[in-house]
Formats: sequence, structure tokens, C-alpha cells
Amino acid sequence: MLKISLSKIQDLFAAIAADEALYIPADHAGQPEFMRWEAGMQMADALNTVRSAKDFFFPQTENLVTFKMQGQKIDIIDPRSETEDFVVFGVRACDVRSFSILDRVFLVDPVDSYYENRRKHGTIVSMACSKPAETCFCHSFGIDAAEPEGDAVCWKTEDALYIRANTEKGEKLIEKLRPVLEEADDAPVKAQQEQTRAIQEKLPLNSFTTEKFGGDVLLKVFNSDKWASLSEACLGCGTCTFVCPTCQCYDIRDFKTGSGVQRFRCWDSCMYSDFTLMASGNPRTSQKERFRQRFMHKLVYFPANNDGIYGCVGCGRCLSKCPISMNIVKVAKCLEGEL
Amino acid sequence: MQGMMIARAKELLQDGTVNRVLGWQAGEFAYDITPAVFETAEELDAGFVYNAFCGNNLSKYLIKETKKDGKVLVFLKPCDTYSFNQLLTEHRFDREKVYAIGIPCEGKTSGEMLKAKGVSGITGIDEDGDSITVHTVYGDQGFNRSDVLEERCLTCKSKKHVAYDELIGEDGEVLDSHRFDMVAKLEAMTPDERFAFWRSQLSKCIRCNACRNVCPACSCEKCVFDNPESGIAQKAAADSFEENMFQIIRAFHVAGRCTDCGECSRA
Ligand code: SF4
Ligand code: SF4
Ligand code: SF4
Ligand code: SF4
Ligand code: SF4
Repeated sequence: MLKISLSKIQDLFAAIAADEALYIPADHAGQPEFMRWEAGMQMADALNTVRSAKDFFFPQTENLVTFKMQGQKIDIIDPRSETEDFVVFGVRACDVRSFSILDRVFLVDPVDSYYENRRKHGTIVSMACSKPAETCFCHSFGIDAAEPEGDAVCWKTEDALYIRANTEKGEKLIEKLRPVLEEADDAPVKAQQEQTRAIQEKLPLNSFTTEKFGGDVLLKVFNSDKWASLSEACLGCGTCTFVCPTCQCYDIRDFKTGSGVQRFRCWDSCMYSDFTLMASGNPRTSQKERFRQRFMHKLVYFPANNDGIYGCVGCGRCLSKCPISMNIVKVAKCLEGEL
Repeated sequence: MQGMMIARAKELLQDGTVNRVLGWQAGEFAYDITPAVFETAEELDAGFVYNAFCGNNLSKYLIKETKKDGKVLVFLKPCDTYSFNQLLTEHRFDREKVYAIGIPCEGKTSGEMLKAKGVSGITGIDEDGDSITVHTVYGDQGFNRSDVLEERCLTCKSKKHVAYDELIGEDGEVLDSHRFDMVAKLEAMTPDERFAFWRSQLSKCIRCNACRNVCPACSCEKCVFDNPESGIAQKAAADSFEENMFQIIRAFHVAGRCTDCGECSRA
């Protein structure tokens, strides 16, 4: 275990940023968001950023290909510039786990080279939680908030930041940072971990689980008559899907530039009326069906196709951001009675 | 207040005046309240709540509710009655199918407002007049209601109901709310300052559609931004400026019809 005093944390940031881009959670117009670090930027203490860390690998919009037309001639241009190496610092355990869920989508055949490219260039430094919120239920998915995954992991105590590598990438990073770090005893980290786990015991969602869901109950869940009342108030705004670290749907569109076509992709949401729009229209004609899709995907379809792994990491963003406070916990609790 | 509302709703269900009740339903935590339709006295007893967290304006749901058979009871806060009238003026719902009860409002707060004050791990909330006590796993924290009010409630323009079939509690007055103070501040800025202010505020937009979908003035069956035929449909913005444009276009679309209900700022 290595450490650095919190009063010197800017030295650590400067050392990381010396030869690659560094992103830390910081204040953005009053909200915590990952921002590119520049000298003096303070790290926000907030538990979770508004947007999740998935943006680094699967950005909200991304150009895929550009077509330039000159008379009869069409140039096909790959707009990708080589992605620079970057470090995302301070990712919570829930968000770190979301990357392995996204990997199951984007890194299986056919591999999404845009995503893969970013994954290769990114190093993830996670941050253990010491003050989980009532909306947190990462432990339901076997995630330990006090011992996050990631290339390297940090614990922040009153006066110091402790850091340890988990992977080769993490070791390489720490090697580079070695001059600003000092050897440390891991007792303070152990104490914090114990405390965090004790707090989790007391949180309202401590006993929440999605265990009853999965591919085996597909039809039962799908045909439940509870969906009508659950979806009654849903506005179809898509906020839940946009803030969700594991939502992975996108739409590919062409934009006429005047001298050609810009093909880009952008996040889509199953909550939208034009989601999976086909010549026949959206196969899900009502908000009830669109609403059902979101939860079926996370609790049933995804585990059915991915060895029982649920499409949720319990980050709690949809719990706090939905304008009508409807969310995966309420849905699962309402439906589990029937299973 | 909650008790009186439940009792009155039960009476109206019982005597057949209404078939359903549009209200607010308790959630997992003390603050995460969801708009809901109640059909029986048991459902009302089990889940109906009215407290400082019932910010949702129910009037827009009337568009959907009055397409169904029968009559619906709706509870409206003072600001909600303005949206109610606006929707009525635009013939968006059937007034005959609605029984509206005006209810008083002391100003609303939200889980997000409490969290902005650094509160976390909320396990319960007690309201007593103007004081709000939040119980958390990290200990209790006390607040004055006025310290945690949503911005729109701090500048509430009226405690007076402008539409209802009956009222529960006293009706209030139109307030002198200082709601144009911020506008005056903006007008006093230099164009460059103002531009920077809006760029910064609008950069928070994540291009979900919460502000639009929650808005009672945004009631088009198909928004231009969702219509692939419109040529400006966007689920995404090409750059941060285009992202800001979404907000600006929406602002111009609702100008003149916005009733200042504040739902968009809550969302
Ligand atoms: S569940 Fe909530 S956040 Fe998601 S689309 Fe519906 S209203 Fe919006
Ligand atoms: S469904 Fe909700 S709690 Fe689960 S990962 Fe997505 S935003 Fe987080
Ligand atoms: S189908 Fe819906 S819930 Fe599933 S990843 Fe796509 S947007 Fe998210
Ligand atoms: S869900 Fe778990 S990992 Fe995520 S912020 Fe909460 S406690 Fe931390
Ligand atoms: S624009 Fe905002 S304040 Fe105005 S009516 Fe719509 S939601 Fe309410």
C-alpha cells in the first residue's frame, strides 16, 4: 500500500497529467461531473457524478464515418483520430463494474472498435466509498463499495489518499507516480472498510435483491398486469437511461452536411417513441411497453443472455434523477411478489 | 391535510362522483414520491401521501386520464391550477371528466434539495410546521423549510387557486414574489457575461427530455425534436452549442404559454 497526504494531492494529479489526460470528479456549474483536470482543480467529494463514467468509452455522440461528395466521387473518411491515453480518477465501485457489463456488449463479436479503442487507452483509478447513500444498492450485485475493481484503487481518509494497483495497467501508472507516493500501513484503510460495510448494513436498500429475476421467469414477468400501474406516471423522458452506467443503446443517424454525409451515433433510450423505429413504426406502441422494455432488459433479458449477470450495478442514479421517482427498485419490489 | 384529503377522496369515490383519484404515492424513502392513480379506499389508505415532497404537478396527466372512461379527482396546488387553466384553454383535456380539489401548499422541497445540503443516507423525514428533521444513518439533521425550498417555490408567485371545484383549507393570495429579480440581474449583465452565464447553465443539459416531458405547456402529440421527418430531430447534439439550442428553442416554444409552474427546473 502506498499513500500521499491530501495536502499534496495536486502533486499527484500533476504527476498523472504529465503525459496523459486526467479526468477527476469536479464541480461543473454546481453539479459533480468528470472534468479534465488542470492545475488547481479540486476533486469533488460527491458520491457519484450526475453522468456516469461510461461516457469515456461510450460517449453520448460520436462520429462514425464521413462521406464527402465531389461530383461523381465519394470519399469515405474515418474521422477517428488516435485516442490519447487517459486516466479516469475517482470512479466508484458501481461504475467500475458497469464497464464489465458494457464489455459484454461491445467487446463480443462483432467487436465495436470505437469502444475497444477507448478501452485500450483508458486507465481506471477507482475510489472506495466511505459514505454510501440510501439510494445505493451495489452490494445486491456482489459489488464491494469498500474494495472497488479498477486498474488501481484508492481510499480517501481524513488526511491521506491510499492507493494500490489491481492490474498491470495500474502498476504501470503507480510506477510513474512512485516519486510522489510513500509506503504506508494499510490499517487506516482496513478501518474505513469496516466502517463502510457497517453503514451499508443500516441503509434502507441493504436487503434488496433481484435474485428472483432472470431468464427463467421471462413470461411471468412480461405478462404481469402490474406494468400498467407501474408505468402510469412515466413521462418517457429517458433520463433514467441517460444517467445509467449500463444502458448501452444507440441510434445511428446520417446528417446531411451539404457536401456529403456525416454518419454519427448517439445514445438512444427504450423510453422514447422513436426507439427501434422501423418501417412499420415502433414495435412498442405504448409507454407501458417501452417502460417494460427497460426493466425486462435489466432484470430478465440481460441475465438470460449473460450468465445470470443483471444489467444494473445499483448506482442509484435512476432512483434520484427520475422526475417522477419511478425506478428499478420499485419495479422489482412490486413484481417479486408474483415470482 | 393528508388525512382530510384521503377522507374526502373516499367520500367522492363512495358516492360515485368520481371513479379514480389522481394523487401522489409514497415511495421507498421518505422523499421519492410518484404520481399515481388510486381506485379504491384501500389503495388510498395504503399509499396516498401529501407532504413537502409532493412537487409533481398533476395537471398534465389529465390529458391521459380524461381519455379514459369516467371521472377523475385531481388534487391541485395553487401553481398547478395555472397549468390546469392553460391546458384547458388549449383544449387539451375534457373538463367534464375532472373533479378538481384545490389544496394549500407551503412550498416544496425534494430529495435533491436535501442532498445539495450534504445530506446522505436518509432513512426518514419528519415535518413539523416550518421545521424539517431528516433522519440519516449518519445522524439527524434539522432544517427550516425555507432553507431547503426548491427555487421555484422560493419565488412562488401565488398561493391562490385559479381553478377548482372545491377547496380544502384556506385559499391564499397572489404573492409579490421577487420572481423577476433574477431576470433583472440577467438584464444588468453585459452581453458577454450573459452569454457565459447561459453557456454554463445550459452545459448541464444531458439531452434527456425530462424538462420537456414534465412541462404542461409542452403537450404536443409529437414534438419536432422526436419527429424524424422534421429535419431537426435530434437525440444528440453535434456540439455543445447545438445542445444549448435545444433549450433555447424550447424556451421560445413555451414563451407565452408557460405558467411558471417550475416543473422544468425541478426536473
Ligand atoms: S422512468 Fe422516470 S426517468 Fe425514466 S423515462 Fe420514465 S419518467 Fe423518465
Ligand atoms: S438501472 Fe439505475 S441503479 Fe441500475 S445501474 Fe442503471 S441507473 Fe444505476
Ligand atoms: S433497452 Fe433500454 S434499458 Fe436496455 S440498454 Fe437499451 S436503453 Fe437501456
Ligand atoms: S452504489 Fe455502491 S459503489 Fe456506487 S456510489 Fe453507492 S456505495 Fe458507492
Ligand atoms: S416551461 Fe417549465 S415552468 Fe413553464 S410551464 Fe413548462 S414546466 Fe412549467
